[in-house]
Amino acid sequence: MTLTETRVDQPAPQPAEVTDRARHERRLGLTLSAPAFIVMVFVTAYPLVYAVVLSLYNYRLTDPAGKSFVGFGNYATVLTDPVWWSDFATTLVITVVSVAVELVLGFGFAFVMYRVLAGRSLVRTGILIPYGIITVASAFIWRYAFQLDSGFVNQWLGLGDFNWFGQRWSSLFVIILSEIWKTTPFISLLLLAGLVQIPEELQEAARVDGATAAQRLRRVTLPNMKAAIMVALLFRTLDAWRIFDNPFVMTAGANKTETLSFLAYRQNVTLVNLGAGSAISVLLFLTVVVIAFIFVKGFRTDLSQVRGDR
Amino acid sequence: MAEITMKNIVKRYGDGFQAVNDVSLDIADGEFMILVGPSGCGKSTLLRMIVGLEDITSGDMMIGGVRVNKKAPRDRNLAMVFQNYALYPHLTVFENIAFPLRLRKAPESEVRQRVNEAAEMLELTEHLGRRPANLSGGQRQRVAMGRAIVRKADAFLFDEPLSNLDAKLRGQMRTEIARMQRRLGTTTVYVTHDQTEAMTLGDRIAVLRKGVLQQVGSAHQLYEEPANLFVAGFIGSPPMNFVPGRIADGRIETPFGTVAPTSERITRIGDRDLVILGFRPEYFEDYSLVPAGARTRGHTFTVDVDVTEWLGNELYAYVPYEAPEEVTRQLGELERELDSEQMRTQLVVALDPASRIRSGTKAELWFDPERMHVFDAATGDNLTRDPDRTFDDDNVHAGVRTE
Amino acid sequence: MVGQRASRWWTTGGLLILVWALFPLLWMVSLSFKDPNTFRSQTPTFFPSKWVWTNYQTVFSDALFTSALRNSIGISLIATLLSVVIAMFAAYAIARMDYPGKKFLLSMALAIAMFPQAALVGPLFNMWRSLGIYDTWIGLIIPDLTFALPLSIWTMSAFFRQIPWEMEQAAQVDGATAWQAFRRVIVPLAAPGVFTTAILTFFFCWNEFLLAISLTSTNRARTVPAALSFFTGASQFQSPITAIMAASVVVTIPVVLLVLAFQRRIMAGLTAGAVKG
Repeated sequence: MTLTETRVDQPAPQPAEVTDRARHERRLGLTLSAPAFIVMVFVTAYPLVYAVVLSLYNYRLTDPAGKSFVGFGNYATVLTDPVWWSDFATTLVITVVSVAVELVLGFGFAFVMYRVLAGRSLVRTGILIPYGIITVASAFIWRYAFQLDSGFVNQWLGLGDFNWFGQRWSSLFVIILSEIWKTTPFISLLLLAGLVQIPEELQEAARVDGATAAQRLRRVTLPNMKAAIMVALLFRTLDAWRIFDNPFVMTAGANKTETLSFLAYRQNVTLVNLGAGSAISVLLFLTVVVIAFIFVKGFRTDLSQVRGDR
Repeated sequence: MAEITMKNIVKRYGDGFQAVNDVSLDIADGEFMILVGPSGCGKSTLLRMIVGLEDITSGDMMIGGVRVNKKAPRDRNLAMVFQNYALYPHLTVFENIAFPLRLRKAPESEVRQRVNEAAEMLELTEHLGRRPANLSGGQRQRVAMGRAIVRKADAFLFDEPLSNLDAKLRGQMRTEIARMQRRLGTTTVYVTHDQTEAMTLGDRIAVLRKGVLQQVGSAHQLYEEPANLFVAGFIGSPPMNFVPGRIADGRIETPFGTVAPTSERITRIGDRDLVILGFRPEYFEDYSLVPAGARTRGHTFTVDVDVTEWLGNELYAYVPYEAPEEVTRQLGELERELDSEQMRTQLVVALDPASRIRSGTKAELWFDPERMHVFDAATGDNLTRDPDRTFDDDNVHAGVRTE
Repeated sequence: MVGQRASRWWTTGGLLILVWALFPLLWMVSLSFKDPNTFRSQTPTFFPSKWVWTNYQTVFSDALFTSALRNSIGISLIATLLSVVIAMFAAYAIARMDYPGKKFLLSMALAIAMFPQAALVGPLFNMWRSLGIYDTWIGLIIPDLTFALPLSIWTMSAFFRQIPWEMEQAAQVDGATAWQAFRRVIVPLAAPGVFTTAILTFFFCWNEFLLAISLTSTNRARTVPAALSFFTGASQFQSPITAIMAASVVVTIPVVLLVLAFQRRIMAGLTAGAVKG
C-alpha cells in the first residue's frame, strides 16, 4: 500500500487504450446511424447543393437548350423583384401574429389543462384533434366558414356580404386563424410539459412568502418555464415561417397572400423556372438559418446530452 | 473465483479530469474488499473499470492472473449489483435471474435448477412469477443478487447497493449480503460512501480521496491507526476531533493544557512546531467517573460545555474552543472534503451516560495522552501511527471463510 | 369555498377549449351532409336544412379520391414504418453510444427539422424525373420518411434516454453483446416509445401536402391532401365544397380514432425531450 499524498507530476495525456468495448461501440454506433445518415444526405444535402448550383444558371425546363451561367444574376433578379419582398412581408406578418397569439393562447390552454379536474382527459383528447387533422382539411374548413355563399360567419356576425377573401388583410386574418387553430395545441402541450415540471412546492412556498397569483406567475412560473417557452417558440416560428398549405388552399396566393414557400413552389414546380426558383430556394433556406441562429444564440438545446451518469 | 490485482490504475476523462490516480490494490481470492470515500473520490469509477464499463487510461487490471484491460464486460465473467438494481422491468423475477444463463444459451433444465437454487437461498421462491415493479425494495435487491449468484461469476461487484433503502432495511440487507458472501466465498468488491457499511461488511477497506488511495486495512486498523487526517476524519461517527497543538521541549501544548507523551512517541513526532491532534470522542471521560487508579495517568482539564445530547447509551457533550486561523482553515478544507458542515471549532465528547455533566455548565474532563493521534499540520500524515500494529479480530472473518 | 369556485373556473376553461377544438369539426361534418345542389345561398346556415349522404357517395365513387385514399394509407404507413425503424437505430446510437460523427448526424437531423421543404421541391422534382421515380409511391415515401426522421429521432432518443443507463450495463455485465443488450433489453423496454413515435410520424406523413402536389402528377401516387386541392366535384356544374368536406371527414376519422385510443401516449411523445427536467 502506498500513501500517495504527494501529487506525482503526470506524464502528458496519452490516448486511452482502445478496448474491445469501445471499438465495438464505435462500430455499432456508425452502423446504426448509417441508414439515417444516407437517407438525409440523399434527400436534403444533395438537393440543396444541387439547388445552389442551379441557382447560378438561367435554366427553364421549358427551354433546356437556353441554359446559361449567370452567376449571382438570379439572386439580383429575385431580390429586386417586389414579389419577393411582398411575399417576405406576408410571411413575416403571418409568422409574428400567429406565433404571438398562439403563445398567449397556448399559455391559457396549458394552465387550464394543468388545473382542470373535471374531464381532464377529455380536454386533452379534444385538443389533440386539431393537432392531428390534415392542414389542408383545416384550410378548407375555415375557408368555407368564411366564404360568402357557404359560410355561416357573416350571418352570425351580421356582416352581410363582406367578402373576406376580397382583400389582403382580411384574407390574411382567415389564413392566420386556420393556422392558429391547427397549431396552438402543439404549443400548449409543450408549455404544459414545462408547467408540470415546476414542483408544486415552489408555488406553495411563494404563496407562504406572500406572493399574489400574478407575482407567482411572473416570478416563479415563468422563469422556470423559460426552456419550454424557448423550445416552443423556436419550433413554431420556424414552422410558421414555412407556411404553405393554408394560403395555397384558401387564397391560392391572391391579394398578395403568397408566402415565401409558396413562391418557391410556384417558380420551381408551376413555372419550372429552375434557375430563379433555386435562387429563391437558397434564399428561403438562408432566412431559416438566420432565424434559427437568432434563437440558438440566446438559448442552447444540446440533443447530444448523453451519458447522464457522468 | 479469482483474485483481482490493480497496478497503477489511472482514469483520465476527455476533459482532463483525473478520476482515479495511480491506484494499486491487491484483492485476494475470496476476500471482501470495500471501496469507500466521499462522493467524487473515484470509487465507483474504479469499480466500473474492474467490470469493464469504463475504459482504463493506463495501468494493468488483472483478474485471475489475466490482464483484462481490453476485454469487454461480457468476457470478464463478473457479476454486478447496481445502485438501482437494474432489474429488467419486462421480465419476471425468474427471467431476470435467468437472464445471464439465457444469454449463454444454457439448457432449460440447468437454468431452472440454478434459478431455483438461487431463489431458495434468497427466499424469493414465491415471487418468481412476479415482475420487478411489484416487488418491495428489499426484494428487488435480492433479485439483483440472485442474478449475480446464478452466474457463478469470478467476482461480485456491488455499487452502493443499499443507498436506496430505508435505514432499517439497510441494516438487514447488509447482514444478508455478508452472509451470502461468506457462504459462497466469492471475491467481492463493494463500493459505498457509508462508513458504517464499510466498517461492518468487509475484510479490508480501501479509502479513496480525490482518486488517490489513502489507506487499505481492516476496520480496526483504519479506526485505531489511521494513516492521515483524511482517513481519521472519515472513519468513525461522530468523527474524530481535530485540535491544534504545539511541540515544545518534548511536550505538546493543546488548547486544554500541556501534556507530556512518552519519549518513544515524541521521537516519532520529530522536530516540528505546529501539529494537529486527533481525539476520538470516546477518548474523553468525565473526570468524576474515572477510576482512581487511572486518574494520575491521564490529563485533566476544565471546559465550558455548550450543549449536551443524551442518547441513553451515550452522552455527547459539545465544547467550543479557540484555534489559530491557519489551523481552522486547514480543518475547514478537510470538513468540506468529508462532506460535513461543521461551522465552529468544537470538541465532540462521548461520555458515560451516567455522567452528570449538563448543557451550559463547567465540566472537568479527562483523557489519556497516549491514545492521542498527532498529525503533521502540512501533509496531514499521522505521525504517531504504528503501521504494524495488529488486532485480534483481523483474522476472525477470514478464518470463518476458509472453512 | 374559494377552491370550489376556482375549480368551476377551470372547468369552464376546459369547456371553452373543447368548443374551440371541436366546433370547426362540427362545421365540417355539418357541411358534409348538406345537399350539394342547394346548399349555396345568400344567407347560409350552420346546419343543413336537409341531411343527405350524397357527398359521401360522390367521394367514394370518384377515382381521384379512392385512389388518393389508397395512396395516402399505403405511402403513410410504409414511410412511417421505415422512418421509425431507421430512426430507432439512429436514436439508440445517439442516446447511448460514443462514436465519431455523432455530433454531425445530430446537427444534420436538427437542420432538417428546421428545413424549408419548399426549398427542395425544385431540385427534388428534377432529380426524381431523371431517376424515374417522379409520380410514384417510392418518390413520395423517400422524402416523407426523410422529413419525418428528425421528429422520430428526437422523440425516440428522448424515450431511450428515459431507460436507465444501468439496464444495458447490467446486460453487458451479464454477458450480452451490445446488439443483444439492444434487442433483448432495450427494444422491449422502448416499445411504447417506438409505438408513440410511430403515431406522431404517421400524423406527419398523413398531413404532408407540399411534396405530394410537387412530386406527383396523376392518380398514381397523389395522396388525399393533394387530391382534396384538385377535387372538382361530381360534375363541372356542381360545387365541390360539400364533397371536399365529406372527404375531409373521411380522412379525419383515422386521426380521431388514434387520438381517442392513444391520447396519453401522443401527449407524452409530443413533449418528450422538449423540456429537460
